[in-house]
Amino acid sequence: MRSPVGLRLPASLPPGGLPGLDPAWSRLVDVPGSGTWHVLDNHDALPGEPVGTILCVHGNPTWSYLWRRLVAAGGRADRPWRVVAVDQLGMGFSERDGRARRLEDRVAELGALTKELGLAGPVVTAGHDWGGVVSLGWAVEHRDVLAGVVLLNTAVHLPPGDRAPAVLRPAMVPGVRTASTVTTTAFLDTTLALAHPPLTPEVRAAFRSPYRTSGRRQAIGDFVADIPATADHPSRPALDRVATAVTTLDVPALLLWGARDPVFSDRFLDDLAARLPHADVHRSPRAGHLVGEDEDLGGGVLRWLDVRVPGDPADRPEGRAAATGEPWVPLGAALADRQDDGGPALVELRGSGTRTIPWSLLATRVDELARGLATLGVRPGDRVAVLVPPGGDLTAVLYACVRLGAVVVVADAGLGVRGLSRAVRSARPAAVVGVERALVAARVLGWSSTLVAAGPLHRSARRALGVVATLPEVADLGRVAAADLPVPGPDDDAAVLFTSGSTGPAKGAVYSQRGLSAMRDAVGRAYGVGPGSPFVAAFAPFALLGPALGATTASPDMDVTAPRTLTARALADAVRAIDGRVVFASPAALAGVLATQDDLPVDGRAALGEVTTFLSAGAPVPERLLAQAAALLPNAELHTPYGMTEMLPVTDVDLAGIRAAGPGDGVCVGHPVAGADVRVSPLDADGRATGAPTTEPGVVGEVLVAGPHRKVRYDRLWLTEQASSRDPGRHRTGDVGHLDAHGRLWVGGRLEHVVVTAEGVVTPVGVERQVDEVRGVARSAAVGVGPRGTQQLVVVVEPEARVRGVVADDELAAAVRAAVAPRRVAAVLVASRLPTDVRHNSKIDRAAVAVWADAVLAGRRARL
Amino acid sequence: MTVDGSTVLVTGASGMLGGAVARALVAGGAQVRTFQRRPARVDGARDVLGSVTDPVATARAVAGCDAVVHLAARVDITGPEDEFRRVNVEGTRHLLAAARAAGAGRFVHVSSPSVAHVGGSLVGAPATAAEPALARGPYARTKAAGELLALETDTAAMRVVVVRPHLVWGPGDTQLIGRVVARARAGRLPVLGSGAPLIDTTYVDNAADALVAALTAPDAACGQAYVVTNGEPRPVLELLRAICVASGAPAPRVHVPGGLARALGAGLDAVWARFPLAGEPPLTRFVAEQLSTAHWFDQRRTREALRWSPRVSLDEGFARLAAAS
Repeated sequence: MRSPVGLRLPASLPPGGLPGLDPAWSRLVDVPGSGTWHVLDNHDALPGEPVGTILCVHGNPTWSYLWRRLVAAGGRADRPWRVVAVDQLGMGFSERDGRARRLEDRVAELGALTKELGLAGPVVTAGHDWGGVVSLGWAVEHRDVLAGVVLLNTAVHLPPGDRAPAVLRPAMVPGVRTASTVTTTAFLDTTLALAHPPLTPEVRAAFRSPYRTSGRRQAIGDFVADIPATADHPSRPALDRVATAVTTLDVPALLLWGARDPVFSDRFLDDLAARLPHADVHRSPRAGHLVGEDEDLGGGVLRWLDVRVPGDPADRPEGRAAATGEPWVPLGAALADRQDDGGPALVELRGSGTRTIPWSLLATRVDELARGLATLGVRPGDRVAVLVPPGGDLTAVLYACVRLGAVVVVADAGLGVRGLSRAVRSARPAAVVGVERALVAARVLGWSSTLVAAGPLHRSARRALGVVATLPEVADLGRVAAADLPVPGPDDDAAVLFTSGSTGPAKGAVYSQRGLSAMRDAVGRAYGVGPGSPFVAAFAPFALLGPALGATTASPDMDVTAPRTLTARALADAVRAIDGRVVFASPAALAGVLATQDDLPVDGRAALGEVTTFLSAGAPVPERLLAQAAALLPNAELHTPYGMTEMLPVTDVDLAGIRAAGPGDGVCVGHPVAGADVRVSPLDADGRATGAPTTEPGVVGEVLVAGPHRKVRYDRLWLTEQASSRDPGRHRTGDVGHLDAHGRLWVGGRLEHVVVTAEGVVTPVGVERQVDEVRGVARSAAVGVGPRGTQQLVVVVEPEARVRGVVADDELAAAVRAAVAPRRVAAVLVASRLPTDVRHNSKIDRAAVAVWADAVLAGRRARL
Repeated sequence: MTVDGSTVLVTGASGMLGGAVARALVAGGAQVRTFQRRPARVDGARDVLGSVTDPVATARAVAGCDAVVHLAARVDITGPEDEFRRVNVEGTRHLLAAARAAGAGRFVHVSSPSVAHVGGSLVGAPATAAEPALARGPYARTKAAGELLALETDTAAMRVVVVRPHLVWGPGDTQLIGRVVARARAGRLPVLGSGAPLIDTTYVDNAADALVAALTAPDAACGQAYVVTNGEPRPVLELLRAICVASGAPAPRVHVPGGLARALGAGLDAVWARFPLAGEPPLTRFVAEQLSTAHWFDQRRTREALRWSPRVSLDEGFARLAAAS
């Protein structure tokens, strides 16, 4: 395969004016015996003695330009790092000597270069694409100076006979290879098109700049030819040596991964993670192959270095909750205690019938399923994705997994198939328990190979999907399993709960056993539910907590996937069935009840009159809706909690509390629940939450929450987790708000939506609530236009009447300005329909509104 | 520091802003001399008649002054560039030389944001350097050259501050308000495009305050240019409507697409350039561009350096305009 000796071209310096590249970094290094290298090196620009050196190796077909942000970031004033980013020989602006190279040549040449540079320790290697293999080859041969390894979308293991990544395959067919990689720029262009968002034309041109002629592209073809796709490939032994040696590395490792990579897909990440089990993983769902372009490469790597290098390599990855020593009652303890209790645990109302599951049956089922799953090979710590609709089966499977110490993975079907698949796959479940539809997706989309069926499944479907067992079969297996199950520890992982995805791709929040128990206790304390106080759950997550609380739980007759199908009559029937006093619902379910209250028989109205606590969770409830509910439930306190997937509940407020609070800057969400601690991190003049956490009244900042029922970390999102847990023990919510003199929390919107004017920071929700009171306004959005720090506040109104033009008439503009005074509004615009974000049909997509307002107020045409 | 007791020369005091500055200085206790071709008739100030294009008259006017506020300029939208240059560049050169020779310690040069504007929208823009070669139209080009001359003259002996008020208006304004109202009355005030672009303006008293503040600003603030506005941008349609309402003129009704207006303006510019017709073209490309793109500015640096902030809000300004008409 060696190509004939090709064109010889000397090394050169890159042209000037490439975006983000400082010409002062570039130098040529002549290494006798191998050639002249072009390298980026920030050494001479460093403000002080560096902590160490980051040695960066690009892949194919890029060049050291890939690392420009890391080179720049390394030159920071505090704890600087020298960054040396090489152009591999034949690539970038390094010398072309016409010789085709093999992996072992490249590793040896890199060693010769670092020797010539006199690179002393500590050295952290960084490699992308096939440069990852070269960097690891160097790493395993320089252990004396090696302090860490960083890997971006790469691979060290290609199973022989396995097909190469699909997009590479055409380029690997010898005849096609030269055409696609050398003769034309097809391979180059395909690679550069893998960025999310797309590269700017200037950056794309910079990446292409060393590869303008086919003579300069020879090494691109050679590189592809050197991919050891077959068992007898000449570079196979070298690759296998590196792959094996990597498993012996004990230095800190960071796997920074773009999930949207058609070349280096998740299986390569999983392979590397298995070889480097101590590695920190940041798998970005929105980034692709060029993860260094899509993510904050410089800031991210340096933050990781600050935490890990120099550091104790024995540290656990991602950090675990420090053992608190607090007494811990396992989630299923109340259930296990009632193994002999024949009383009702779950009461499910369906049509005219009622299905009652006694405590004894539920407890037995949970025990059997736990043992049965263990028999099937599910180990403590394994992840089990559960895709089963709310009901007895779901409850039993979840408690079984928690008992077993398996980690349940739960994502909302509302994410859609793509979002759901992205979430489940990122959690790498060892098994999937699901209904038929979920199992089909699991098989087709490759979520897991161990599938367990919940609910009915035809024999042919079972065979086609390769289902290993149905839930009754799992229970049967459990009944005959002899061994006792070990009890999981309080700080073991227990669940991965995915966020709703309304603010970017869904993130998996990892809870410990202790965290789930604390969630149970927080809910029980806040709403007075426990043994002897049965409740009605028209909101699925709360139904799941019933057995943990030892409370009988009734599910009203409704389609749980469409909460608005709950009728007043069905709710009343459920209340009567268990003589309940507490109801948990969602705003949509509440709306359904209110819409059907005229059909309520007299005895139903009487039953609802007995309800003392009504909780509406999942989204903010408009006060109007709560007031209507008060008429239907005359003796109930109407509560609405504030919280998020990462911690729920955080605060709670009832209708009386909302009324007592009156109007203010944002939405009053009440006092922290017992065990929860709320602070704000004050915003600086730039609108960034940089201040030390405080409880001082009136100070606006990012809302920080703490409590035993907080997530332990995000799953495989190391950088995101670092940012969200900057303040030890607290979670940064991304919401902005303030605490008032009574200790109540007011939420003013999302941090990324604050408007930073010259006079100060404006939070949008308070403005919008005032504008929504103006006559003729249906909905509104408050956004900022212009540069941060001197932004102008703009209000975009969706009027009740038909819209003409873009600029509001004088009357509406004056009314809006008067409503929000003393805040100053530069423009009041009108739009016939404000966009709402896909997940929450009620939340206005302020980001989209801001983009539109920015364009039209600058005199550009734009559509909303 | 105050202007109380010092002698200040105000050029161009027959204009709206010049008159307002002279009156503000008189109120502040300064000995005020006004210098322009027509009598400025500012109570308490001494009128000296003459043109900055006349070096002798200029030297006589500035003799014995502690400070100068230089507003005199040719401000028309069109015309032969030489005439602009004679006043805005050469006149400024004469006055700077005369002021330095007379021992003045402070020179406030009034310029325009258009000196740094090379087209397109200005969105929260900073005050960037004047660009005589790139600025649009003879007024902006010659003001840019004049501003650079002024900044070059900044020394410890005579500190120079450049202030660029943007779209100054108020009762008695013949430039912005006068033109808008005349066109509205003639039914010739079109709204270009959506009417949404944000435009920042300056109520005359705020601009006058800023110029007085520049006279007493600390030395560290000197040698630089500052854009001055109300810091309250509004959609251009809203501004035009407010001006019409306050002046009792009919509100604009005709909508013209922005691109068409710019093309039309460019065409009319060409016609007026070739055939010297009387007055101004009904729509110049410059005006069309001004009305269909955003123009608003970052005011933080200005307010900090000059220790000034506007006293009269936009709404208050429109109320005063209505009361005066």
